[in-house]
Amino acid sequence: MNQSREFLSLARRQALQLGLGTAGGLLVPGLFADLARAAEAPIGTWPAGVAGDSVFVGVTSPLTGPYSADGKDHVKGYELAFAEINEGGANAKAWGLKGKGVLGKQIKYGVADSELKPNVAVQAQTQFIQRDKAIMITGCVSSAEAVAVEELAQRDHVLNMVGASGANATTGRDCQRYGFRSQPSAYMACKALAPVVAQHYGRDKKVAYLVPDYNYGHSVFRSFSEFTKPYGWTTVAKVVIPLVTSDYSSALLNIANSGADIFVNIEFAAQAVNSTKQGAQFGIFKKMQMIVPNISSFQGQETGPALMQGVFGTMDWYWKLEDKFPLSKRFVNAFRAKFHYTPAWGAHVGYIQTYIWALAVERAGTFYPPAVIKTLEASKANPFESTLGKVWYRAEDHQMIRPVPVVVANSAKQMKNKDDVFDIVDLVPGEQAVSPPAFLGCKLGPYT
Amino acid sequence: MPSTALLLSQAFNGLALGTLLALVASGLTIILGTLGVLNFAHGALFMLGAYAMYVVMAHTGSWLLGLLAGGVFMLVVGVALERLLVRLFYQRPHEDQILVTFGAGIVIVEAVRAYFGGNTKSVPTPPWGQGIVRLGFLFYPTYRLELIGIVAAVLFALYLLLYRTSIGLVVRAGIEDARMVGVLGINVRRAFLAVFALGVLAAGVAGMLYAPIVSVQPDMGGSFLVEAFVVIVIGGLGSYPGAVVGGLIAGEIISLTSAFNTAYSEVMLFAVMALLLVLRPQGLFGSEGRV
Repeated sequence: MNQSREFLSLARRQALQLGLGTAGGLLVPGLFADLARAAEAPIGTWPAGVAGDSVFVGVTSPLTGPYSADGKDHVKGYELAFAEINEGGANAKAWGLKGKGVLGKQIKYGVADSELKPNVAVQAQTQFIQRDKAIMITGCVSSAEAVAVEELAQRDHVLNMVGASGANATTGRDCQRYGFRSQPSAYMACKALAPVVAQHYGRDKKVAYLVPDYNYGHSVFRSFSEFTKPYGWTTVAKVVIPLVTSDYSSALLNIANSGADIFVNIEFAAQAVNSTKQGAQFGIFKKMQMIVPNISSFQGQETGPALMQGVFGTMDWYWKLEDKFPLSKRFVNAFRAKFHYTPAWGAHVGYIQTYIWALAVERAGTFYPPAVIKTLEASKANPFESTLGKVWYRAEDHQMIRPVPVVVANSAKQMKNKDDVFDIVDLVPGEQAVSPPAFLGCKLGPYT
Repeated sequence: MPSTALLLSQAFNGLALGTLLALVASGLTIILGTLGVLNFAHGALFMLGAYAMYVVMAHTGSWLLGLLAGGVFMLVVGVALERLLVRLFYQRPHEDQILVTFGAGIVIVEAVRAYFGGNTKSVPTPPWGQGIVRLGFLFYPTYRLELIGIVAAVLFALYLLLYRTSIGLVVRAGIEDARMVGVLGINVRRAFLAVFALGVLAAGVAGMLYAPIVSVQPDMGGSFLVEAFVVIVIGGLGSYPGAVVGGLIAGEIISLTSAFNTAYSEVMLFAVMALLLVLRPQGLFGSEGRV
């Protein structure tokens, strides 16, 4: 009762502002939509979070720990998108946003270090929700964080545009009505990659896997072994290692002794670089070819072309997509101008997720979370034009249907400059790579 | 069941891994044994050593110069840390000592991250350590093989310093009764400073030797710190021979478990530690109530 009276007075105040002409013309449609929803019960941080002339977005990302390089890059993607949207310049217009901000409201945001720990991420996002009335929460570089924040989003009814997360569970077993993921799932990545590597290396290969012992590692192992099975590829070693491993000698001895032709390295970020380097010391690459199903943002540069050359893998996005998608070109140019280096896919995840959210809010005409969710769920009929071309979210599990870039690393000789680390060998359409709906066991929760 | 060849390979790797773990643990146990301080900054100092090697190698390409310059640098860090911080905590409760060294460790890690960034750095293997050696059925990286010898030499030098010199004598007397040693006209505080700096040097040297093997990165010390703790608990807190034997045992546990299932290698390490704590709480070489 009290709440609804508060909301009515809030609505009156907004109407008054409108009458005084302080609100820009572009604010009008959004405002009316939110006014028309006066009948809706408050939910999560709505409408409290949209009462002022700005909305708050909570960003968590690992700024320390082994994924910190990816985490910092990730945050820069958000910062660029927020700045562009707030400014309402050429890039925001190119995406199809109107005016400055989202529905005329400026985006304010907070960034917190998740330390790669799910509980720390949840704690920080809880604070953003309670203290800052965050209308959207986002960001992460591991599926463990992703799933934990998604659960919080569902419980507190705050929209969550998931950050970088490749595990199947994020839009599978642990999916949530309030969570949306743009990165390809392990399933999509491996399904896109398998035919390419099978064609390159041939049939009937023996494969050894290095599997980090968490959700993501096991997801990738299952998906990759499944999709290469039709080509006669068999698993001869599955070496599961603790998440924080520094000395890989004992794991690598198992792989060196496995008699495999192919070494699938599922480690990520600093761990991937470290295990590859030690793998070379054990002479593994003299006997086997490495494949990295999901190549982390800086893995190519940090490992160096001597060890990376010829390695196949997938990634969320690569800067060379600028040749194909005009919005990618805009992203690369703006990012280079602001941060003085070429963005990696971690930054891209932050960037595209922010824009898609803003577009969905403007399309819905309101920040009211269930309406934004329904708009995203209905996007198949009306896909968003993005840095990856036309993309949409699947209603059944909130996985973004988007093309999956399959890449191969260049040798030092092939590299034209220091950014020329990979070539895109295939861009597999999302519809072709994605799992059948409900295959990964997703049951979305309620809207309210 | 893994093949005999794999089991033997892993047993050999356990030895190599064990000597490195012994070196990492030795610095920790020297400081704990003589000063009674559990140095939680040990992992950060290990990392600092690796970065010192990275910087020198990047500029000069000389491994030996890296070891020497890095060694001097670590001694300076050790002296500064003792004089400015740790010394003030000798008389304080253990919890305070743990908190202050833990805090110092965080500051060091974040300072390195702020300066060098979070990306991994690559330290090249010295020319004489490149390649792979064939040992019968086993292929083993040359550098790791040579490290077994290098680490053994470093550990032996530390042993001579602690047990066969007058400084070592003063230090060991100081642990028993610092006041009495002071009355005899010996400067115990200076001996304590030397020990702390030596412990820091040992951590740093371990980091320097490890740098070409692993990728150098601000958080690299964390897992080594945990393993070093397990090693000294197994070997006996504060016991130098305990650290060496404990390191070898830990290396074998990790490696041999890996032959069956790598995922359980750490679990097994902790299980053995827990078992030992039940059967022999003071560890293999520890004496009761020493620390």
